[in-house]
Amino acid sequence: MSDSTSVGIVAAQTAHFSEPLTLKSGQVLPQFDLVYETYGTLNAENSNAVIICHALSGNHHVAGKYNESDKYPGWWDNLIGPGRPLDTNKFFVIGLNNLGGCHGSSGPSSINPATQKPWGADFPLVTVEDWVASQARLADYLGITQLAAVIGGSLGGMQALQWTLAYPDRVRHALVIASAPNLTAQNMAFNEVARQAIITDPEFHGGDYYAHGVVPRRGLRIARMLGHITYLSDDAMGEKFGRKLRDGKIKYSFDVEFEMESYLRYQGDKFAVEFDANTYLRMTRALDYFDPALEYNGDLTAAFAKVRAQFLVLSFTSDWRFSPARSREIVKALLDNELSVSYAEVTAEHGHDAFLMPDTHYQNILRTYLQNIDIGGAA
Amino acid sequence: MSANNLVAGTDFRQDFAIIADWVKLGSKVLDLGCGDGSLLQFLRGSLDVRGYGVEKDDANLINCMQNNINVIQMDLEAGLSGFEAQSFDVVVLSQTLQAMHNTEDIVQEMLRVGREAIVTFPNFGYWKPRLQLALGQMPVSKDLPYEWYNTPNVHLCTIHDFDEFCVKHNIEIKERRVLGEDGHPVSFMPNLLGSLAMYRLQSR
Repeated sequence: MSDSTSVGIVAAQTAHFSEPLTLKSGQVLPQFDLVYETYGTLNAENSNAVIICHALSGNHHVAGKYNESDKYPGWWDNLIGPGRPLDTNKFFVIGLNNLGGCHGSSGPSSINPATQKPWGADFPLVTVEDWVASQARLADYLGITQLAAVIGGSLGGMQALQWTLAYPDRVRHALVIASAPNLTAQNMAFNEVARQAIITDPEFHGGDYYAHGVVPRRGLRIARMLGHITYLSDDAMGEKFGRKLRDGKIKYSFDVEFEMESYLRYQGDKFAVEFDANTYLRMTRALDYFDPALEYNGDLTAAFAKVRAQFLVLSFTSDWRFSPARSREIVKALLDNELSVSYAEVTAEHGHDAFLMPDTHYQNILRTYLQNIDIGGAA
Repeated sequence: MSANNLVAGTDFRQDFAIIADWVKLGSKVLDLGCGDGSLLQFLRGSLDVRGYGVEKDDANLINCMQNNINVIQMDLEAGLSGFEAQSFDVVVLSQTLQAMHNTEDIVQEMLRVGREAIVTFPNFGYWKPRLQLALGQMPVSKDLPYEWYNTPNVHLCTIHDFDEFCVKHNIEIKERRVLGEDGHPVSFMPNLLGSLAMYRLQSR
């Protein structure tokens, strides 16, 4: 790879945890695996570690490529590398696949050690709290007592928040991007439609489709198409596709006629072969359930009373699925607790997707904030 | 638009020194339209204040972050609903009042959020703008560097005007200082000879 700011060729590793993990639901995972990647070097003081929390469909492959011939690098490659906003000359960066995922960590499509068959429907529902608990185990495993920062967008931002709530002394900075303190009814409604598309697919088989040698591709495809609509703004879709016809004329059919349909079908088809439907169900449920203010009568300020971390909260003007107003709720709760926080509202037209896009101002904000993080000694 | 730069060439240090005089050691300060955060930096260095800045401009947001100032990006015209009542010792609006559309709202909001408010603005009653108007032109000067067609200043006022505003809105003026163009205090005929007005305010 010729680009000197890329992390280059990377490889995934697997950590096995044989201590049982009691989940928020009360169920117990007797043992589990987490697949992860790291970029940069852990310093002698173990003070420069950063965890990247992924969103709904993300995974541990955050930066770099596995082979020179890979078409695409990791999903947040534009952020991470020597000289990039999250500078791997300074930080030791960890990306992992969450529990319940489908990219190597224990999940519905992985083998249940007890039965030697895919977990399927038996894999428990996992929450943001469970993910963060398992991430803390991974930090232990890597010898890290305190993280310099936790970074996440969307559902990943919820995990960053949860880190500061569950482990106030183990995280110095949280970068919470395009996220929310909980989902609104409308936001959860999109998740419910997505799940219904999957569950009502005749090939879902109650979640045990692996045994039948099929996958509920149609359901997952529709779920993803719906998701994509909500990740873009009306303006961005208008600009990208407008009413453009694929063949220049209306054909009085239900085939792909408009460019927008072609895009949605392409995204849906691609996702349906890459992703696991059971994982999708669980990820959306984790989104629905996250609500740290719940046990404080809805008082987010009270929920944050124990938090010690410093924060960067960031939102995008055209993001209507995780709107700036939701980020401002987080900011208010932090301000009420006199915590250190900066808030940026980035002008962007891409909607929720903006958090993954390489925008100069957005990157400058992240770069500036991350440069100021003190890791002690020489970087 | 950088709030602190609306009036070009003002003696910053003098301005800051008076504000520092009004802010108690270790106070919690909110600086509205904080620009690059230099006032908060100054107060943090001299008085160990805990501060947050509010700023709309993208470039200034980055400048604040570079200066290690906590900054909240938002438009002051929308009010301060993101801040609890009486959650700050002092709320500062430095040379930004004249560029606000919702002038009445922001002053009331400052006194809701802060136990005290500090407001500074260029005095339109200063003899130079008066003379320019008398000669038939809109004032343009070092302190008011904009032409009538490109000025962000929509609510310019004199010291007399602001005194009256405070009476009308039930605001107590705890202290008022007026500075000349060179940054020196002006006590004789301040509305004629002062170019920068500084007020320390409280709710009645």
